[in-house]
Amino acid sequence: MQMTAWHLMDMLLALLLLGLAWGALSTRDLKRGVVLFIAFGLLLSLVWARLRAPDLALAEAAIGAGLSGALLLSALRDAPAMEESGEKSIIPKLGVGLLSLGLAGVLAWAWFVAISAGAGERLAGIVMVRLEESGVGNPVTAVLLNFRAYDTLLELAVLLAAALGIMSLGPARRPFAPPEALLASLIRWLVPLLILTAGYLLWVGAHAPGGAFQAGATLAAAGVVLRLAGRHRIGLPAGIRLRLLMAAGAGMFLLVGLALMLTGRPFLGYPPTQAGLLILLIETAAMLAIAATLVLAFTGGRPKTDVLANTAGKLEASTASGPVPVRPARAGGANNDCNPEQKAC
Amino acid sequence: MLTAQWLYGLAGCLIAGIGLGNTLVGSSLLKRVLAINVMGAGVFMLLIAVAYRGPDLAPDPVPHALVLTGIVVAVSATALALALARRLDRGQDDG
Repeated sequence: MQMTAWHLMDMLLALLLLGLAWGALSTRDLKRGVVLFIAFGLLLSLVWARLRAPDLALAEAAIGAGLSGALLLSALRDAPAMEESGEKSIIPKLGVGLLSLGLAGVLAWAWFVAISAGAGERLAGIVMVRLEESGVGNPVTAVLLNFRAYDTLLELAVLLAAALGIMSLGPARRPFAPPEALLASLIRWLVPLLILTAGYLLWVGAHAPGGAFQAGATLAAAGVVLRLAGRHRIGLPAGIRLRLLMAAGAGMFLLVGLALMLTGRPFLGYPPTQAGLLILLIETAAMLAIAATLVLAFTGGRPKTDVLANTAGKLEASTASGPVPVRPARAGGANNDCNPEQKAC
Repeated sequence: MLTAQWLYGLAGCLIAGIGLGNTLVGSSLLKRVLAINVMGAGVFMLLIAVAYRGPDLAPDPVPHALVLTGIVVAVSATALALALARRLDRGQDDG
């Protein structure tokens, strides 16, 4: 009896995901598309929990649905930047449909072959056998930070490259206006709670679901909430400190790896006795770097009061240090933060 | 063979297909960015369905770590793509 209930839930979730993916991409209203995509991400995190991947469920809820959603919604502020262009694609619709169906078919075939090959030799066995040497008890953290630490180092390098790209593409969006009393007092509760949760996730990731990525995303959420409240000066340092913070993740990884080489061990080959401490050290730096990068991505570019950009002298003259003009949230104008016709801003 | 594995694996294939189609014909840059994210989510579902080994066995942590990396790389790519799109539109306004 219990199995049937699970089957029913699985079917419902799979159908809902398909429907939401289709709906998010077929609607002409971009805001509706983004909101459906956020719902898609939240349901996906339920799927991860169902398939016994709680680390992913946390990451998907915080990053896939939460921060991606916030990034996409803030991109919608850039009107007319993101409007439907109306121009027809040069590729015929039928061809694209067949191609997509072909991709789905090839994926399904590859997946079928992988599944029906039976219980072959999996890396899972080796991970479980050597988990004790990794310094952490959570197998996903052990794979990420120890067994496949190179992957994670390069992942942090990708994150750093994205941050550098965003910084060099232009200044940040105009900050939000200060909020009304209710939101302001909610934020006073929310921000400390988010910081506390981030610290907990970072610590608990060693032996239970959690880790640097989930913690970094939660910390970034605190920064995003502060920005929504018009506090654009809090939570993100300026100048050289911001750059150091963004490079901290990859930098700490490299430092630890090189220091280990000096002691005669291979690059990132932690001694089992110190592995737990070294992983925590790297994860703390990674969490700060991830949070700084994601908040920077939410603001959309280089901070307006960026000292280094000004001394370079060749960028916008208007970024001189001084109070950044904050426009009232409900003022008119084509490039408005908050369109009065749309209910949610 | 596990029903859940089948359902989510096949749903993942279809979602990846939907994502690819819309990436190619998307009517705006933002919609294309959305479509790439949906395509990635479909691939993630496929990987995690492979890692699932039923309610009694512990799942394979290696695909989990791969997908966790994938989620973070996807959000980095999304952020960079949105910054590029914004820059592109501003460039068009100037010229």
